[in-house]
Amino acid sequence: MAHAPAASHPEAAARFAADVPRTHWHDESLWFMRVKRDRAAAQVPEWERLRELAQAIKAHALATLPALLEQFERNATAAGATVHWARDAAEHNRIVHGLLAERGATRLVKSKSMLTEECGLNPYLEARGIEVVDTDLGERIVQFRDEPPSHIVLPAIHLKKEEIGALFHEKLGTAAGASDPKYLTEAARGHLRQKFLAAQAGLTGVNFAVADTGAVVVCTNEGNADMGTSLPPLHLACMGLEKIVPHAEDLGVFLRLLARSATGQPVTTYSTHFLGPRPGSELHIVIVDNGRSALLGRDPYRRALSCIRCGACMNTCPVFRRSGGHSYGVTVPGPIGSVLAPTIDPAAHAALPFASTLCGSCADVCPVRIDLHHQLLAWRGELAAAGHTPAGKRLALRFTAWVFASPARYALAGRLARFALRVLPAGIMARLAGPWGRQRELPAAPAESFRDRYRRTHGRA
Amino acid sequence: MPTVALFVPCYVDQFYPQVAEATLRLLERHGCTVVFPEAQTCCGQPMSNSGEAAAAAPLCRHFLDTFQGHEYVVAPSGSCVGMVRHQFPDLVPDHPALEQVRTSTFELCEFLHDVLGVRRVEGRFPRTVGLHRSCHAQRELRLASGSERMVAPFDKVKALLSSLEGITLVEPARSDECCGFGGTFAVAEEAVSCLMGRDRLDEHARAGAEVITGVDMSCLMHLEGLARREGRPVRILHAAEVLLGEAA
Amino acid sequence: MAARDQILAALRRNARPGAPRPVLDGVGARFPDLADRFAEAVAAVGGTLVRVPDLAAADVSLRALPVHREARRVAALVPGVGRPTFDPAEVKDPHELEGLDLVVLPGELAVAENGAIWIEGARLPHHALVVIPEHLAVVVQAADIVPDLHAAYARLDLAGRPRWGLFLAGPSKTADIEQSLVIGAHGARSLTVLLVGSRSPGP
Repeated sequence: MAHAPAASHPEAAARFAADVPRTHWHDESLWFMRVKRDRAAAQVPEWERLRELAQAIKAHALATLPALLEQFERNATAAGATVHWARDAAEHNRIVHGLLAERGATRLVKSKSMLTEECGLNPYLEARGIEVVDTDLGERIVQFRDEPPSHIVLPAIHLKKEEIGALFHEKLGTAAGASDPKYLTEAARGHLRQKFLAAQAGLTGVNFAVADTGAVVVCTNEGNADMGTSLPPLHLACMGLEKIVPHAEDLGVFLRLLARSATGQPVTTYSTHFLGPRPGSELHIVIVDNGRSALLGRDPYRRALSCIRCGACMNTCPVFRRSGGHSYGVTVPGPIGSVLAPTIDPAAHAALPFASTLCGSCADVCPVRIDLHHQLLAWRGELAAAGHTPAGKRLALRFTAWVFASPARYALAGRLARFALRVLPAGIMARLAGPWGRQRELPAAPAESFRDRYRRTHGRA
Repeated sequence: MPTVALFVPCYVDQFYPQVAEATLRLLERHGCTVVFPEAQTCCGQPMSNSGEAAAAAPLCRHFLDTFQGHEYVVAPSGSCVGMVRHQFPDLVPDHPALEQVRTSTFELCEFLHDVLGVRRVEGRFPRTVGLHRSCHAQRELRLASGSERMVAPFDKVKALLSSLEGITLVEPARSDECCGFGGTFAVAEEAVSCLMGRDRLDEHARAGAEVITGVDMSCLMHLEGLARREGRPVRILHAAEVLLGEAA
Repeated sequence: MAARDQILAALRRNARPGAPRPVLDGVGARFPDLADRFAEAVAAVGGTLVRVPDLAAADVSLRALPVHREARRVAALVPGVGRPTFDPAEVKDPHELEGLDLVVLPGELAVAENGAIWIEGARLPHHALVVIPEHLAVVVQAADIVPDLHAAYARLDLAGRPRWGLFLAGPSKTADIEQSLVIGAHGARSLTVLLVGSRSPGP
């Protein structure tokens, strides 16, 4: 992706976290989303049962994916939609561009689609003379700033209202220094209303594609998916192939989980079930693979295909909250992103599974119960075995393992470490201890280890 | 009288022997015969968590060789017990003693609460104490219900601590957020690790904790390192030390 | 269709069978009073709820509200409720609906747990009617309130009779600017629910 920063996560995170007050502000904003999720979930007594069902429905869907996709295609086509298939990002972009170009459409409005971010659609279309307007307010803000969203549900969570005010003053002519969210949102409403009215095509993502009806379900709070698709004569719906659910009744489970997990709302304002085109217009659905079929064949990561893109894992992740989505350098950041990214490019994203303490909070908030922390651990093993982790660190760990494999070597090493801690000047010790000692004291060094003392007091075993 | 083989994590053995000592005394006080198999070294968690399964496996095998045949194996460490319970099956699936040792290995508070059925710990600890809920203890061993899941609340460590005479338990605003240690994360992502640790210390300070305790010395080592560097007055003790109580 | 065949072939190669379809049991909300719970939920999503005994009363209540009194262009899709200024079915191009002040929509069923109302697509001459006007009013029968989305989907039976529609829960909103909730993003700035056939709650 064009925006991937050259810095690794640790470097980017250190830069982000250097501004402590701002990092605390970012952390509190996202923690508040977590708290709202908790409150909303607490209102559903059978919350954990819903999560079990969601996990099971997705597992079943993934096990029967080819048949479900064919069923979906039949039903969607019968309803009057045209279904396209794209093997990768490039093919997806060509298909979307082709549909627009054939109809002479040069003004496109888009509602949120992380898939199109993943495919780099916007720059592809813009390079070919198509105006692409992201209509979700958060996405329009980052589009104005020419940067990627920092969160899959809250694209502009990293920005303060004063910064958005300054941006809108420049782009929309709002009053200088104005930062009231109501005022700024009103300005965006007017601006985007003009774009909706002038659009020649509307593109949406797909939250859920329903196999037994052929419908695509799109959930928004703003109404931008409905605005963008109810006026122009062409609706493009782009979906990752894992978005399939078998039955309409499954939506009862997913829609009860999605908004509560994402924002703490009981449901999004608009949950629109599109079935076929409006009379006199066209609906084209683009089903995209782009590595998903390969992921389906990989244990344990195939479970990551269950993701419904709610963002709850990002809101709860203590590392994400303190490093920001941009520090991950991938389209979908945070815990789920750190599981998905190495499947795309293991070498480039080898640091991401290590950008985690494996605390496991993500797995406990995930509405479809993806065991994210276990998958991150599994990635560490694969990446180390493939040689993508720093050689020095591997050597140090293997050396330590060799030392610890023998009780005598282990005891000697311990004695040496404690001796060094007691005898060497604190400054030298701190430097030897490297990144530990920069901000932290080393532990005090007792004269005796526990085993020394036990041997002394209990006699030799 | 249950017989307990004491499993002392490597860093506790070397740098915090008082925690192992407190664990031994606590178990004896509750009627256990405690032995310390001296051949033990390390459970292999640092290697396994860094993806070095091949380096960890010999250590796991040595662990199983050392601890097989004991009625119970108890450790003052949630993360080490988590390693044995959940990661050993993938690392050393063929070791004949795997199941026997796995199912006999417990974290200290888990052992007191679940196996010995302790609900009241004799002793005084007249201090204001903040409980740091370590992630492995929370989400791998399920020593408490946790803040994320909508299940009936329980907290085994808190139950034991709150039974001490004179203790005042205070809650940080975020009841079980990670401290930022995370093994090699503490070094590889130093900036975020230290910020997370400081945030935890600030929360406990705001709650009025004079003492911060928990079941994982690794977390506490990280918090203590930060606290001492900043000259914070808070004392950091392992739960074993707190449960032993203060001398009158 | 090379792409389609290749993708399906890859999926067939890689899919692991054996995960059975679960039975959707152990879930379902229960409320002592559906109308009260629905009213709370509508308020929670930013809507306003008015209880009326019948359609005639709905009309009276609606026409007394500022959103109707001050409206210059009104479309009314529930016969007898509201005073329309034109018939949207006679409009060919939905762009002409820009500038609509108020649209009165029929609601098929209402969901107590989250304040959502199912709007049946076939009853709208234009999809744009749910999102283009400044204000919306939705008329729904108290007898059509169901406890939760499971019950809603069971009643709608979308697989039995596939059709388009949407769950609409309150007015358009966003919190994209520093988490401040703003009502009226791109869609309606307000949503008034006229709940027909339920008595007002006691004193």
